[in-house]
Amino acid sequence: MEQPNLSYIQSMSGGDKAFEQKLISIIKVEFPLEKNVYFDNITAKNFKATAEIVHKLKHKISILGLVKSYELAVQYENNLIEKSTNGKDEFESVLQLMTDFLETL
Amino acid sequence: MNCIIIDDEATARAIIGQLCASVPSLNVVEEFPNAIQAIKYLNQNEVDLIFLDIHMPDFTGFDFIETLKNPPKIILTTSDPNFAIQAFEYDCIVDYLVKPITPERFQRAIQKAESVQKVSVPEGDSNKVETSSGNDLYVNIDRRLIKIDIPSIYLVEAKGDYIQVKTEEKNYTVHSTLKKIEDKLPDTLFLKVHRSYIINVDKIIDIEDNSVLIKRDVIPVSRSNRPELMKRLNLL
Repeated sequence: MEQPNLSYIQSMSGGDKAFEQKLISIIKVEFPLEKNVYFDNITAKNFKATAEIVHKLKHKISILGLVKSYELAVQYENNLIEKSTNGKDEFESVLQLMTDFLETL
Repeated sequence: MNCIIIDDEATARAIIGQLCASVPSLNVVEEFPNAIQAIKYLNQNEVDLIFLDIHMPDFTGFDFIETLKNPPKIILTTSDPNFAIQAFEYDCIVDYLVKPITPERFQRAIQKAESVQKVSVPEGDSNKVETSSGNDLYVNIDRRLIKIDIPSIYLVEAKGDYIQVKTEEKNYTVHSTLKKIEDKLPDTLFLKVHRSYIINVDKIIDIEDNSVLIKRDVIPVSRSNRPELMKRLNLL
C-alpha cells in the first residue's frame, strides 16, 4: 500500500519550513474534525452529506501524496452519490493510514 | 492585485495564501470560510481577484458568482475537474485550478489573470445613477436603490469606470460617468471645475489660484472652468 508523504507540501512551500509546520498543524486540527463528520454521516446513512465530506477529504488525501487512494476516494464519492457504500472499507483504511501518519509529525 | 480567498477548508486557504505570497503583484486582503461572509465584505469593498472554491456547504461558488452584479476576475479552485465547462460560461472566470494546486500551475493562472482586462459589464446591469427627483438622487448599488440627499453632496469624483459621490455622512462608489451625474445635479448648486470633479459650490471653504478646498479635499480647478467658478461667487 502507498504511504503518505510530505512531497507536495515541501514542493509548494518553497523551502519555507515555518509554513510547512503551519500547514501540518492546520491539517492536524482540521483532518480529525472532517473525519468525525464523515463517520457521523456514514453511520446515519446520509449519503449526500457523506459524499460531500469525502469530496472535502480528497484534498487532504492528495496533499499527503496518496495518488491511488485519491482515485479510490473519487470512486467512493461517486458511489455514495448513487447511494452505494462500495469502497467504504478501503476508504476508511486510507483515513486510518493518514491518521497514523499525522501522529508521527 | 488585491485579492480574497473563499474556501471552507482552512488547509486550502493556507495553501492558496502561501502561493499568493510568492507573487509580488498579489495582495491577499481577506480570507473567508464561506461565501456569505465574502458577499458582505464585497458590498463594502472592491477587489481585483477572487480565489473561489466551488464546493462549499449551503452556498456554492457558482451561487456566489450569481449574486455579484459586477464581478472581479475569479480563479476557481476545486478538487473536481468536472465543472470546467460550466465554469467557462462565466466571463469573469479566468482560470480553473484543480487541487492540489502546484506552484507552476498557480503561476500560469496569475499570468492569465494579469493579462485579462477588468471584466466588462453591460451598463444596464451595473451600479449606476438611476434617477433624480426633487432633492433626492437614487444610485443603484448592489441591487439596492440608495437615496442620497442632493444638497448633502459636496463632491463627485471620476475614478475610471466609476464615480465617487461624497456626502456629509458617507461616500458612495457608483458605476457611472461624471457626465451622467452632472446631468442629474442642479447646476444652480453644482459646478464641474475639472474633467474629474464636480463640486457643490455652497460647500467651498476657500479658493486658491488653481484649487478649491471643500471639506478636507483640495480639488484642482482647470483653467477653462475657472471663469465660470468665479462668476458663481458672491465676491466683495
